[in-house]
Amino acid sequence: MNIDTILGDLTGRFGSKILNVNRRSSKRAYIDIYPKDIEEIVRYVFKERGFRFDTASAVDDFDALEILYHFSYDASGITISFRALLKDKQDPHIDTITGITRSAWWIEREMHELFGIEFNGNNDLRPLLLPDDWPKGVYPLRKDFIPPKRDSRKA
Amino acid sequence: MSHKAHIPIGPYHPLQEEPEFYKLVVEGEKVVDVDVRIGYNHRGIEKISESKSYDQSIFIVERICGICSSSHPIACAQAVEDISGIEVPERALYIRSICQELERIHSHLLWLGLAAHFIGYNTVFMWAWKYREPICDIFETVTGNRQNYAMHKVGGVRRDIEKEHIPYILNRLNDFTKQLNMLKGAVLDDPVLHERLKGVGILTKEDAIDYAALGPTARASGVDIDARRDHPYAVYDRVKWNVVTRGEGDVFAKTVVRILEMFESVSIIRQCLDKMPEGPIDSKPKDIPPGEGIGQIEAPRGECFHYIKSDGTNSPVRHKIRAPTYMNFPTFRETVIGETVSDATIILAAIDPCYCCTERMLIVGPDNKTAMDMNDLVRLSQEKTQRIKDRYNNRILGA
Repeated sequence: MNIDTILGDLTGRFGSKILNVNRRSSKRAYIDIYPKDIEEIVRYVFKERGFRFDTASAVDDFDALEILYHFSYDASGITISFRALLKDKQDPHIDTITGITRSAWWIEREMHELFGIEFNGNNDLRPLLLPDDWPKGVYPLRKDFIPPKRDSRKA
Repeated sequence: MSHKAHIPIGPYHPLQEEPEFYKLVVEGEKVVDVDVRIGYNHRGIEKISESKSYDQSIFIVERICGICSSSHPIACAQAVEDISGIEVPERALYIRSICQELERIHSHLLWLGLAAHFIGYNTVFMWAWKYREPICDIFETVTGNRQNYAMHKVGGVRRDIEKEHIPYILNRLNDFTKQLNMLKGAVLDDPVLHERLKGVGILTKEDAIDYAALGPTARASGVDIDARRDHPYAVYDRVKWNVVTRGEGDVFAKTVVRILEMFESVSIIRQCLDKMPEGPIDSKPKDIPPGEGIGQIEAPRGECFHYIKSDGTNSPVRHKIRAPTYMNFPTFRETVIGETVSDATIILAAIDPCYCCTERMLIVGPDNKTAMDMNDLVRLSQEKTQRIKDRYNNRILGA
């Protein structure tokens, strides 16, 4: 399968659920989708198409948060990233994909603590990297985060 | 009182530099549940990278891990090159492959040594680490450093491999191949090791795919993936080599995969040195346009993934780093549960996380009093090997 058959298959199957396809090269493509369809699309590419879940990366775009779900199709060396835009920065939420693959277990915990994204249906969103006493509502990888100044008197 | 005891492992031990915390729940000898707490070593490198220039980002990611100080920089450089399609000179690609394979050899030897120590094979431990030295010497000759080579940059490499160094490298590799054969024999022909490691900590193919396991962890479970072949980079599509896979998924299979991979690495380095063309080593790119790029490379532990988003300035908007252990680590839930405490050390070590993680074990009984520490766990593991050895010796003497 080359990238065009894969993209054709996805657009044919999901139609209007796919907002935009950015075919960067014969190895890379970025596909914009609605956050509400993430579960359905991931289930298809992971379970039926046999893509491997690379990781997900959240980005703070100032106006909104976006999550990129990176999937690799190793048989053809293709990596496709699905972009879901979470417009409400006050209450960003998206469905979990941990029901489809346990490989998303840690990355959802990580995005939850570093970006404050809620994953509906994931009941294991304990902190992964940050300390247990990290203040609530402070998300260090958001652009408005200012690292606290160190008080050397308390060192 | 419950029959279950909780075994906290970690997070700190004065001898180790990398903290991690495991909690094993055991019933008698058997592990019934595991959880892990990481993050004690979280340095916020993704955030730091957003405030650095691309050249500095590579400097920073080189320091993520003392072992993978070639993998992360190459993945990061490839992600930046992917943004604007920067061409890398041919000779630089060869040098990248050579560095990658040298790194794989020294990393696998490091693992082999520690794994051998955990099960009481201290001779193999001494051999593996002794034979790792010449590999570090090659690094010192080529790059000037035994670790943190500072070799890679966006658009090429910083230093060339001098012509007069090539005979030296080849000599070292010749010696190393003999030593590797001896190590291979010591491990693969030893009936005690077969009994000790076979069937221990099995990761099934289904679980490996579901957890998206990577590298030797996946390949030992029959998942035929290798970023060097699947997502060709550097010059891996121009040399002949094989992807080593095994179907059993146990600790022994992971060991076999790593040992056989070192032979492939030696062969790749030889071919690269032979084929390497003359020419520039750096394309000296100037501006990085807005856009996003991905770098995927095969580190010793599996695929290393870097995603970089650029807004056209000199530093990334977002730099996501996913190291292979991040995907391999959660598989311990499948491999450790149901096994005995004496096997927990070697199973946790088999995915090749940072070893220090498993070096900080502490067993606490239900009354919260310390019952065991790491030394006791390694001792348990070594005693099990000794029992198997004794059984073999008795059988031979009795026959």
